Amino acid sequence: MTSLRAGDLGVLLAGGSLVVALTVWAWGGSRGDTVVIRAAGKVIKTVSLAQARTLAVDGPLGTTHIEIEPGRARIARDPSPRQLCVKQGWLTQSGQAALCLPNQVSLEIRGRTTAYDTLGY
Amino acid sequence: MTHSVIDLPVHADDRRIARLAALAIGLTLAEAALPSPVPGVKPGLANIVILLVLLQYGWRAAAWVSGLRVLAGGLLLGSLFAPGFWLSASGACVSLSVLALARYLPSRHFGPVSLSVLAAFGHIGGQLALVGVWLLPAASLIKLLPVFAAAALVFGTVNGLIVMRMLAAPVPDRRQSSSCSLP
Repeated sequence: MTSLRAGDLGVLLAGGSLVVALTVWAWGGSRGDTVVIRAAGKVIKTVSLAQARTLAVDGPLGTTHIEIEPGRARIARDPSPRQLCVKQGWLTQSGQAALCLPNQVSLEIRGRTTAYDTLGY
Repeated sequence: MTHSVIDLPVHADDRRIARLAALAIGLTLAEAALPSPVPGVKPGLANIVILLVLLQYGWRAAAWVSGLRVLAGGLLLGSLFAPGFWLSASGACVSLSVLALARYLPSRHFGPVSLSVLAAFGHIGGQLALVGVWLLPAASLIKLLPVFAAAALVFGTVNGLIVMRMLAAPVPDRRQSSSCSLP
């Protein structure tokens, strides 16, 4: 009477997996598969997130270095004074974006489903 | 000495149910004072009483205690027939229905913890169903589902463990229930 029984553990496991499943389902979001790179408001490149590579994009202040790894992308280096887009780190989810406004470069992750109809910067 | 003028036959069962319901109501009130980050995430301490009643006196008594707790809890908290009351009622209903089925689980393998966790999921399930259908049909509660489910799992487990400990505790607890005799 004073210990957990086999069925209890089963119920706890089932409950735990239900919680995990709900978490993944509700909070998982959709992972992106391509990255859209813009400079001065124009799309200059759409790159797949399948393989690792680095890109250099020129803006008014200098060169922005973009790093892509399988499934994620980030701004590695940027001449903007406050480094906000660099501090955002790796982006993985569809709809995430890193904007280097002073250098007019932006990075946006796209997936099969888009989280927003449109984003205005 | 005052004499009771109302002559309703009161059985020992009635007294027991009233006393247990008072216990559950007390826990409900105590718990209402606890701050909670998300409305709806509560320990559900009254479910300890409901489970003890279910295991010792059967489902009918548990349903009575639960119903009285919801009604009197609503009265005392001032939320009688307000949305919070209906949430509580729907949670209690679903939880009791779940328990009505779960009590047939073989007790060799399924102890109070199983019942408590299932009842907790029933509780939050009933509340969310009512919220989704009636109170906030347009709002998306999907993002909060994991929070509610995790709370149900944690609090259900803790309550179940408490019930297990109380059932295993020595008899002195139960002396009170037998001291009450017919007038």
